Amino acid sequence: MPGPKEIIYMPAQDPEKRKKNFDEVALGLSEEQAVSEAQRCLNCKKPLCMQGCPVGISIPEFIMLIKERKFLEAARVIKKENLLPAICGRVCPQEDQCEKACVLDRTGKAIAIGYLERFAADYEMKNSQHKKEKGAISHQPSAISSQQCKIAVIGSGPSGLTCASELRKKGYQVTLFEAFHKPGGVLMYGIPSFRLPKEIVKYEIDNLRKMGVEIKVNSVIGRLKTVDQLIKDEGYSAVYIATGAGHPVFMGIVGEELNYIYSSNEFLTRCNLMEAYKFPETDTPIVLGKRVAVIGGGNTAMDSARCALRMGTEKVYCVYRRSEKEMPARVEEIEHAKEEGIEFMFLTAPVRYTGDEDNNVKKAVCIKMELGEPDASGRRRPVPIEGSEFEIEVDSVIVAIGTNANPLISDTTDNLEVNKWGYITTDEEGRTTKKQVYAGGDIVTGSATVIEAMGAGKKAAHIIDKDLCRDRS
Amino acid sequence: MNKIISKRKLSEGIYRYTFENKELAIARKPGQFLILRVHDKGERIPLTIMDSDSEKGTVDIIFQAVGKTTNLLSDLNEGDRILDVAGPLGNPTLIENFGRCVAIGGGVGTAVLFPVLKALKEAGNYVIAIIGARDKDTLILIDEVKAISDELVITTDDGSAGTKGFVTDALNQLIGRDDKIDYVYAVGPVVMMKNTAVLTKEHNIKTEVSLNPIMVDGTGMCGSCRCMVDGKERFACIHGPDFDGHKVDFNLLTQRLKMFEGREQESMSCGCEKKEE
Repeated sequence: MPGPKEIIYMPAQDPEKRKKNFDEVALGLSEEQAVSEAQRCLNCKKPLCMQGCPVGISIPEFIMLIKERKFLEAARVIKKENLLPAICGRVCPQEDQCEKACVLDRTGKAIAIGYLERFAADYEMKNSQHKKEKGAISHQPSAISSQQCKIAVIGSGPSGLTCASELRKKGYQVTLFEAFHKPGGVLMYGIPSFRLPKEIVKYEIDNLRKMGVEIKVNSVIGRLKTVDQLIKDEGYSAVYIATGAGHPVFMGIVGEELNYIYSSNEFLTRCNLMEAYKFPETDTPIVLGKRVAVIGGGNTAMDSARCALRMGTEKVYCVYRRSEKEMPARVEEIEHAKEEGIEFMFLTAPVRYTGDEDNNVKKAVCIKMELGEPDASGRRRPVPIEGSEFEIEVDSVIVAIGTNANPLISDTTDNLEVNKWGYITTDEEGRTTKKQVYAGGDIVTGSATVIEAMGAGKKAAHIIDKDLCRDRS
Repeated sequence: MNKIISKRKLSEGIYRYTFENKELAIARKPGQFLILRVHDKGERIPLTIMDSDSEKGTVDIIFQAVGKTTNLLSDLNEGDRILDVAGPLGNPTLIENFGRCVAIGGGVGTAVLFPVLKALKEAGNYVIAIIGARDKDTLILIDEVKAISDELVITTDDGSAGTKGFVTDALNQLIGRDDKIDYVYAVGPVVMMKNTAVLTKEHNIKTEVSLNPIMVDGTGMCGSCRCMVDGKERFACIHGPDFDGHKVDFNLLTQRLKMFEGREQESMSCGCEKKEE
């Protein structure tokens, strides 16, 4: 696949070295590299790249500033539209968004917008830190005003963080409720530190606190308080639900309840949030054994496989039912995984697991697949090949085939409509069927990207503001 | 928040803490649990909420110091704070007027039983409590249970208190009486819940058990606590922790509870220096 990565090379840790550590893999562009890449930008009159950006960053503007070596100003331009550029620069699938829309993409030479975004954000973070002015140029509430309305945001993942920030900038009092003991949602528990260092997430969350957003951890809304209580008893004028799609899906095949078969959510939470990779220095264990099979072909599967490898396993298989071409994971992640020695088994699916007398998984019985007609997703449907079953010996399995809607909030909120899969129903602007209650991110759309979740948070913040102003007038 | 205002040692290695957490004290209902963490590198562990006082804003937990986290927790003293407490979690126990109930607590499970017993009594049931333990030193909450139940039967494995034998022996005797038993609630070691359920199934008595699988988040996002109930996968944290005892796969639960046994020793041996901090 052609792409900017053929034009510009971002330095990375050596695969042999990095597969033994959790340090960041991609090391970022140098100033010279960034300026030289920025010089290639055509600064189009009608920038198509911006149409490909879910939050509408003024892309040519910030690239021109990089070209002029005005790096801090470039970061400021990005931050006008995107609260978390250091994060998005790392985890956004730019190849499907801004870079895909870049006019140069036709020639296979799209501008590496993601790399440049990361460069500007990192530069700003590093330099404002040096001056001991952390977050100095970022966001100050623009109009702390008569708007004394309180707003509750449930979930501190990318959507919740963005919505909270936008509302705070408009002068609202914002409380962010997080169920875990640390804020950040999927940025903390899901994405591993070798792809997104946790210091970056902490830095952004500190910024939010400095802006005056109140963050309440260990607060499981739906149990500790319901959405109705937040509105009626605690006087919140609006509630934004951004709890993510965190309810793991298993395949429902025989033996899936055996020991050491984990959901990717469990495995990644233990590994990233609880830092099981430092065990016994930390207290949360994880047992993988020598051979691990990761089931699935998305970014979560890649993250799981690469974490498992770094925890000292000998063999990590990635078992995916379609071919490489259909893998939903980012090309860059697949390449990184291959370089590190993950063994891919394409057109293969587990059909059952067998274990020993202690209920510990020992074998994954798999079947070969072939591709049939395209299904609803437009990808060719995998069809099992009869009689092609074979076994692989495994000590653990990580099931990374997706997530469903978590029912905790919808089950405990009156008159909140959900669709047949349990996702919250909203209008195009994020209003739910319940007055004063809004929702966005994965709990509305199902599993999607960080930037799409952020886009929804931003949109909801504007609508909440608009609705509240209208109600007051 | 989470400041320990009372620490009581109930027996060797078993403690009762009362700590401040107003919101939790108001929200919690019988049968619900919390997840806590003791230090910054600590594990999240679930513990059942034993009691609460919504006016004083305090919550009571009872735990046995068996693993690393519970040992570190037992090192805390009055005035210390528990680092993280999330809850209440799980669904409250279904409380109705069933009629004649037997509520069974085994070992430290008696702490879990206590709030349910109290609620059953308040709902107008005739409540017979059976409390079992290894020996008289590991029996807990006898006076508290006695005060809120219509009858109390105590059993110990070695006969050092109450009747020698298991809680199921006592239950069997109760079933043998003339009065029909309408409902049984059991919580304690898995084997005790399993044997209780086997016995009540023979006699067709509705039985709820409270499961205690390994958990991480307690909000339905990881699946560590998945159990098989009636042949279906259920997450104890959001679908339970109470389930129909006649439908639970107890053998699976026993085996899943052993998953990290080896690691617990390793973790414990790395815990001494943390106690000094």
